[in-house]
Parts: sequence; C-alpha cells; structure tokens
Amino acid sequence: MSTKFVIEELKAAIEGKEILKGINLEIKGGEIHAIMGPNGTGKSTLASALMGHPKYEVTDGSVTLDGEDLLEMAVDERARAGLFLAMQYPSEIAGVTNSDFLRSAMNARRGEGNEISLIKFIRQMESKMKELEMNPEFAHRYLNEGFSGGEKKRNEILQMMVLDPKIVVLDEIDSGLDIDALRIVAEGVNSMRSEERGFLVITHYQRLLNYIKPDFVHVMMQGRIVKSGGPELAERLEKDGYDWIKEELGIVDETVGQEQEA
Amino acid sequence: MAKKAPEMEEYKYGFRDEHKAVFQTGKGLTPEIVTEISRIKNEPEWMLEYRLKALKQFEKMPLPNWGGDLSELDFNDIQYYVRPSEKQGKTWEEVPAEIKETFDKLGIPEAEQKFLAGVSAQYESEVVYHNMQEDLEKQGVIFMDTDTALREHPEILREYFGTIIPPADNKFAALNSAVWSGGSFIYVPKGVKCEVPLQAYFRINSENMGQFERTLIIADEDSFVHYVEGCTAPIYSTNSLHSAVVEIIVKKNARVRYTTIQNWAPNIYNLVTKRAVAEENANMEWVDGNIGSKLTMKYPAVILKGRGAKGSVLSIAVAGKNQHQDAGAKMIHLAPDTTSTIVSKSISKHGGKVSYRGLASFGRQAEGAKSNIKCDTLILDNESTSDTIPYNEIMNDNVTLEHEATVSKVSEDQLFYLMSRGLTEAEATQMIVMGFIEPFTKELPMEYAVEMNRLIKFEMEGSIG
Repeated sequence: MSTKFVIEELKAAIEGKEILKGINLEIKGGEIHAIMGPNGTGKSTLASALMGHPKYEVTDGSVTLDGEDLLEMAVDERARAGLFLAMQYPSEIAGVTNSDFLRSAMNARRGEGNEISLIKFIRQMESKMKELEMNPEFAHRYLNEGFSGGEKKRNEILQMMVLDPKIVVLDEIDSGLDIDALRIVAEGVNSMRSEERGFLVITHYQRLLNYIKPDFVHVMMQGRIVKSGGPELAERLEKDGYDWIKEELGIVDETVGQEQEA
Repeated sequence: MAKKAPEMEEYKYGFRDEHKAVFQTGKGLTPEIVTEISRIKNEPEWMLEYRLKALKQFEKMPLPNWGGDLSELDFNDIQYYVRPSEKQGKTWEEVPAEIKETFDKLGIPEAEQKFLAGVSAQYESEVVYHNMQEDLEKQGVIFMDTDTALREHPEILREYFGTIIPPADNKFAALNSAVWSGGSFIYVPKGVKCEVPLQAYFRINSENMGQFERTLIIADEDSFVHYVEGCTAPIYSTNSLHSAVVEIIVKKNARVRYTTIQNWAPNIYNLVTKRAVAEENANMEWVDGNIGSKLTMKYPAVILKGRGAKGSVLSIAVAGKNQHQDAGAKMIHLAPDTTSTIVSKSISKHGGKVSYRGLASFGRQAEGAKSNIKCDTLILDNESTSDTIPYNEIMNDNVTLEHEATVSKVSEDQLFYLMSRGLTEAEATQMIVMGFIEPFTKELPMEYAVEMNRLIKFEMEGSIG
C-alpha cells in the first residue's frame, strides 16, 4: 500500500489562542508538497502540531497516516508510525553522543527484537554522514551541542536518512544555511525521494525549491491554506512576493496569533 | 519497548543470604563491647586505648545540628561488630561458597575478579577475601584489609592512623575510631605507578548492623594509585548505619584517585568522613557517586598543604522518595599556587532532596590559589527539591574563586525532540539523565561505568507517570 497522509480540517491552539484554522492537505507517497508563506502565518505550528508538541492543543480535525489516526498517538508513537519532523530549532542534549542517540532512535523505529547490529549501524551512519559532508567527528559530539545552525540542519537530515520515515516534514530546513549547505541538505532530501515516501517542505524562501522540486505548492496565511498550485506558483512568489495573493484574497494582515509566533 | 518491571529490578539487589556470622556482638555500644572487638582481633594495646578514647569522645560530642535529619538514628539499636568467618580466604578457592554466591548474585564474574589487580571484598564487617596481583607485590605495594595491616605493618599504621581525621573531628569519625573494622590499607612506595585500579566490593549483609570500615592510603613521592570501591546493598526493613572513615596521604608529586559508587538501600544512614592531604605538587582526585540511602552526609575533602597541590571532587548524588543526599566537597588551600575543582551533579526525583554543601577555604599562605566550583542539579518532578549551600573562607587577597550553579528540569522541548525520533518518554528522560551525569560516568573504569549506567537506569525506571 502506498503511503497516504491526510490532514482534514485541522485546528490547533496555543494557550487558548487558535493558530490553525482548518488545514486540509493530502500527501501521497512519491509527492513533495511545499508550504510557503510569510512569517507568523502558522506554518511552524502546523509542523509542531502534526508531530504532537505538548504546547499545541489540537482542537478539531483529523490526521491519518495510512488510515491510522495520528492524533490519538503520543509523540513517540507517531514517530514509530513513520512520521518525521526535521526541526527548525533542534534541542541540544548534553552528554549524549550523536551516535548513541542515532542508534537508540533507529532501534526504537525498528522495534524490539529487530535492533540493528553495531557494525551495520556504524557503516550506515558513516556513509550517510559522508553524503552530507559531515565531519566524522560529529558522531562523537554531544547531540547538537555547540553545533552551528547549518550543522544542526545537516544532523536533522542525517536522522531522517537513517530513520527511513514514510512522511517527512521539513520545518524551515533552509533557514541559516549558506548556499553550499543548502545544496548538500537538498541533495540529502532528494536522495530519499521514493514512491513510498511523501514530503512536506515548509519554507518562506523560494530558493530551497530550486533544489527540492515540489509537485505541489501551498500558500499559508492566517492559519489556513489560501492558495494551492504547481511549481509555477513558487516561481511567481519568488518574482512578485506575497502581496498579489493578499490583494486577490482581500487579506490585510496575513499573520495569525502574532505575539506567540516566532 | 517492553521493560522489566521496576520492582523486579529493585529486588535484584534485595536478596539476602542465610549467612551465619561466626561471632557477633550484641546491640549497643559500651566500653566492654569496644574492648571485646579489640580483643577478638588481637590488636596491640595502643589501638585498644585509641578505641576507648574515641568512644569517650563519641559520647561527649553532640550530633551535628546541620545537614540531614538524624533524629531517628538510635545508636543503641545497632550491632557494632560481626565477623563473617574464621579466617580470610587466601585464594579464591578458600573463600566460603556462600559468599561466592553473593558475588555471583551481584553479577561479578569470577573471570573479571581474576583480571582485577587485587580484589579486597568487604563482606559484613571484615574483609574475607583479597588477592593481590603479583606485579603489585613485586613493586612493593601493600594492599590489604586494615585489620591485617595493623598486625603486619603496625609501625606504618601507628604513624599515620587518625592523623588526617582524628576522632574529635566529628561524632561519626569518633564512632568509627571506636568500633572500626575492615576497610582497605594501601601503601604505594616512591615512584611506583599502579597501572590497574585496586578494587574492593563490599556490602552490608546483617540487619541492623553498622558498617564502620576504615581506609588508609599512603602514596609515597612520585607514585600513583587508583582505588575503586563499589557497593550494592540489600534492602532491609529497619534502619542501618554506615559510617566509614577514609584517610589519604598524597606525598610530593604523587597522585591518588579514589572512586566510589555507593548504592545504599533506602533505609541506610550513610555518614562518611573522607579526607586527603596533598603535599607539594601532589594531586588528589575524589570521584564519588551516591545513590540511595535514607540520608547521606559526605563531603570528601582535600587539604592542599604543599605548593602547587591539586585537588578535585567529581560527584553525583541521586535522591528518590524519602531520601536526602547532603553531599558536597571541601577544598582547604593552605599553600601557594594550589588549585581545586569541584563538579557536583545532583538529581532529585519522587520527592527526594539533594543538597550541595561545600567549603572553599583559602588560608593566608594560599597566594595565587584557584578554585573552580560547578554544581548542577536536575529535578525530575515538582515534589523534589534541591539546595546549594556554599561556604567560602578567604584569608588571602590574591586568590581566584569561581562558583557556578545551575538548577534545571528536564525540558519539554528536549523530551519532545527525543520522542519525535521514536523514544518513549521513559527512554527519553533516561537519556537526558544519563547525559547529565556523563561527565561523571566517563571518569569511571569501564566495568563501573557499565554498572553505574545500569544503576541509574534502575533508578529511572518508573520515574515517569
């Protein structure tokens, strides 16, 4: 069965303030969807709510992955079901080496009795790190501690690569990346494209989409998807910005719950 | 992922042997009992006198009015001496089978024991087995239980015993001086570096029995030794007292590392005095892990007596339900250019209480001395508490003292991050805790690091609701 990820009428609030006001989106295996939009329109809230961050309360709607109700699941269960979120601001965990963490995460995903052997793990990790042009020393560094912005992003992609998820959400993976890092990260993502895997790429710069070619582009404003189209929509946004959409839709302030949104 | 039930794991250390002591004193403490202890051990007269004097000191000293709650401690309800068997095993074969079983239950493989440099295992009040690697003997290193040392090296004992921690130092040092039994004695001759750590496993195994081991280490000039003690205690229903005294002399250019991991049953009072003197350019390192017990009061100290001496304490304390870890360190800078480092990591959970109590003291001669203190506390829930109580005494203007303290909770974002990669909340919390104490575990010898990680995992099981 091919992967099918369905978001219907998703509403979510933070501290009682509604940020997502009914999101509808369907992603099938093999597809890349991009969500674009200015800052403060609810894009990152969507990413966090999908993964189940405790700060966000889902008030309505449904999210299913291959027919399974994701919203009923705890964060770790969602991950084990095949959802992956590459975070905009990954946490730092002192004292835990990157490789120990990666192996624990891989084994959690693979399930008890199906743990990866140490040798296989090291081989796999090292080859993926090479693809991402990461210094091998990062395997032994503490998880994200003292990593630069770009190193953290590469580390997120590394996790995505070894965890082999069904649905990947990339939350502003391009922020803080120079052009070389952007290319490497994008190549990492592209190498993971498959018929079994769907992607949701959240960004407010079109440039990422020069490297990761989307099949569908959605524009988010005021906590809703206000416009959808093909790759040409991203190109138009690059050229003309967002104002024409606002004009077209009669939107004055595109943001939602501004004081809470970073 | 399915895990074994926490109760089962806790019980792993809760077994008890049907072990018959060959001799034991009744409960309570009198000059007669002290005399009896000394007599049974065939001690020289001076040691008996020392004990009796210490007993008088003990009786006249008040309990400390700071630190933990000692009000439930009843000195008359404690048995002060138990001797497990007629004689010490000289070889592994001679060690009583029942005691070997205990080691097996503790999960110490025999092969590993043979690998160890010299295993001095204190079982109940006395060391029943120790075996010293021939290499050490050839180098002139003395490693034996303190009772044997008193018989075989009385002149060294008489010269150093009680010189770092006199009975009058505190009530529990006085108690130990009166009734001590067992412990390790180590002498490392000039220039000798012991490459393999010397180790002792010990545990308390008689209900209501105090354990009063006495350890004395002398590292002569330019020498090095690493001593390791580890402990997993059975679970008992009534209070039990452990009160050890550890004295260490680190001579010029010598280095001593003393590593302890103690995992006491939750009813044990663990009141220990540990102190070292570091002479010129000597280096003393305490690595101290305190898990469990009802109350631990322990402040490893280094007196930095010679120019350029270094001292360090690296400690972790874990307090759970009904537990109080009042632990810390003391650094006494008495000479120029002395340096000290204290790194204290505390974890409290299930309503447990951790206190860091530390002293950084700089005497008039401590020109150019430096001390760096870092205390980090991780609190796992809202019922648990922590305190940081630093004391500083500065008699010289030209010193550097840095003190940094952090208190943190396991953050929501960190948990979310780890869980978003498939780890359960328990696994994620455990990973954060293990990371928190990593600066400690990485300093342990491999087999202890493994044991430490296992203990912390047991401790963390069921910590999450």
